[in-house]
Amino acid sequence: MDAFQWLYSDTVKDHFMNPRNVFNPDETFAADAEGIVGNIKCGDQMMFMLKIDDDVISDVRWKTYGCASAIASTSMLSESIKGMKIRQAYGIKPADIAAKLGGLPENKIHCSVLGDKALRAAIDQYLDKQGRSGEFKGEDAVVICNCLNITDKDIETAVKAGARDWHQLQEATKIGTVCGGCKPRAEELLHEYVHIYS
Amino acid sequence: MSQRFVYMDYNATTPLRPEVKELMVEALDVYANASSMHESGRRARAEIEKARASVAALIGARDPSSIVFTSGGSESNNTVFMTMYDIGRKGQRRKIITTAIEHPCVMNSAAYLAKEGFTVVYLPVDGYGRVDMEAYRRELTPDTLLVSVMAANNEIGTIEDIKTIASLAKAAGAYFHTDATQAVGKIPVSVEDWGVDYLTLSCHKIYGPKGIGALYVRSRAPVEPLIRGGHQENGARAGTYNNLGIIGFGKAAELAMADLPSFSARLRGLRNSLRDRLVAAIPHVKVNGHPTEVLPNTLNISFPGAEGESILLSLDLEGIRVSTGSACASGSLEPSHVLIATGVGPELAHGSIRFSLGRYTSEEDVSYIVEKLPPIIERLRRMSTVSAVETAATA
Repeated sequence: MDAFQWLYSDTVKDHFMNPRNVFNPDETFAADAEGIVGNIKCGDQMMFMLKIDDDVISDVRWKTYGCASAIASTSMLSESIKGMKIRQAYGIKPADIAAKLGGLPENKIHCSVLGDKALRAAIDQYLDKQGRSGEFKGEDAVVICNCLNITDKDIETAVKAGARDWHQLQEATKIGTVCGGCKPRAEELLHEYVHIYS
Repeated sequence: MSQRFVYMDYNATTPLRPEVKELMVEALDVYANASSMHESGRRARAEIEKARASVAALIGARDPSSIVFTSGGSESNNTVFMTMYDIGRKGQRRKIITTAIEHPCVMNSAAYLAKEGFTVVYLPVDGYGRVDMEAYRRELTPDTLLVSVMAANNEIGTIEDIKTIASLAKAAGAYFHTDATQAVGKIPVSVEDWGVDYLTLSCHKIYGPKGIGALYVRSRAPVEPLIRGGHQENGARAGTYNNLGIIGFGKAAELAMADLPSFSARLRGLRNSLRDRLVAAIPHVKVNGHPTEVLPNTLNISFPGAEGESILLSLDLEGIRVSTGSACASGSLEPSHVLIATGVGPELAHGSIRFSLGRYTSEEDVSYIVEKLPPIIERLRRMSTVSAVETAATA
């Protein structure tokens, strides 16, 4: 195929044109949990619906408003979590999804891969319903970025992995890219953790 | 209908007209330096002066020497702003009035002057993209050095009332500049009738080559060269004459002028047909820009519930080339500043598509889009978290 015929990888094109597990408005899907993140004001929004049996994701549907890589990355994620333990699914990172898609442009990893956050939001809802709130986050985790459900623990993990400034933290977590309201608190924590870990 | 190639991005750039290409192939051999005194140089110079006269005629300039050839629209706009920088820092007037919907090269030139201590005002526009005249009159204070308002907008096609805006600027003792890059070749443009001091135009928007443009400078209006060197262009722009580009520009200008009324009437018909058929075929759409004061070739539509980059790439796979105001296609996190300035919410700006028609657009092209686009929007809306109905209601 002519390299100029498509902007992204062939895998992205396939998932964009033939999305897997996308919710069909005509179907009924009795989800055990739902999670939605993002905001159409910034151009991307994603929703995950999960059926969970015995902590295993037995079926999944999703909806996405966004660009081609946003649609493809959500589709790819939905395919890879079927049959997965929720604890394992909870740990999936944007870079894992991008790798499965055969790579994404740097700015697209930064802005369009929201599926993992929507997935975690759905799993959190499931845990809440079961009276197991925060089980995968550690008991003391506090949500800092409400738009994307990112906690102080996520910031700590990102700093441990090498994030040293706001830009790097955003690349690692996408924090503060929707409404930006969390930035002051998130920057305080960033400086704190950088002080501790570097 | 089988796959077609449909180019609907003429506001981004245009292909060369065959007549221009033909002349440019010949002009490849016009190698002499047009500043040279010998016969070869004089012949090259004659070609350049002929082109200059054609460009002047296209914008209704009486005096061909008022045309300064540049590398394109960005350079022309930058030249005006840097000239104002030079005047303003030595004088009393240090206020620049422009609009919220200008091209980035005007926006960023204005921002540079703001950084250097100038007062810069970005006039608001109404829901159609027309300058708020009340705000303009209020801002037009005696310290105003320059007013710069684009003649027609590249994204939504809205045409501004340049004649009135220029006359108010003149009455206030300010210089007036218009970026007419999108207007030239699509609507009648006259520097004399409009009464402008500076006008920017670009060649590659009128079926000529890239890398060549011009700045009209009213006689005795100041110009501080961006590029210093030899005496080319009466000292306004140094550098060896770009024979090939200038000769191509002259031909493109001559041709653009010849059939302007019939050309723009044909485009307006096709554009309105595309608009009416898309509005009929796809529910909950919003047509952006002015209903009548609009470039005959430009159609900007928002498709709530579907995102612009996804629409653009879906059309691309069908062979249709358009552009979008979505942030996802801009490289920034912000959607089109033009649509936002007209009061269109970010939800609608992200879902906007610009169709810009041109010389080689046919009725079959319009029909092909009307066939291919509705299922694309339907598909994207069905997988969307965003309700088209609710988003459309915010418009």
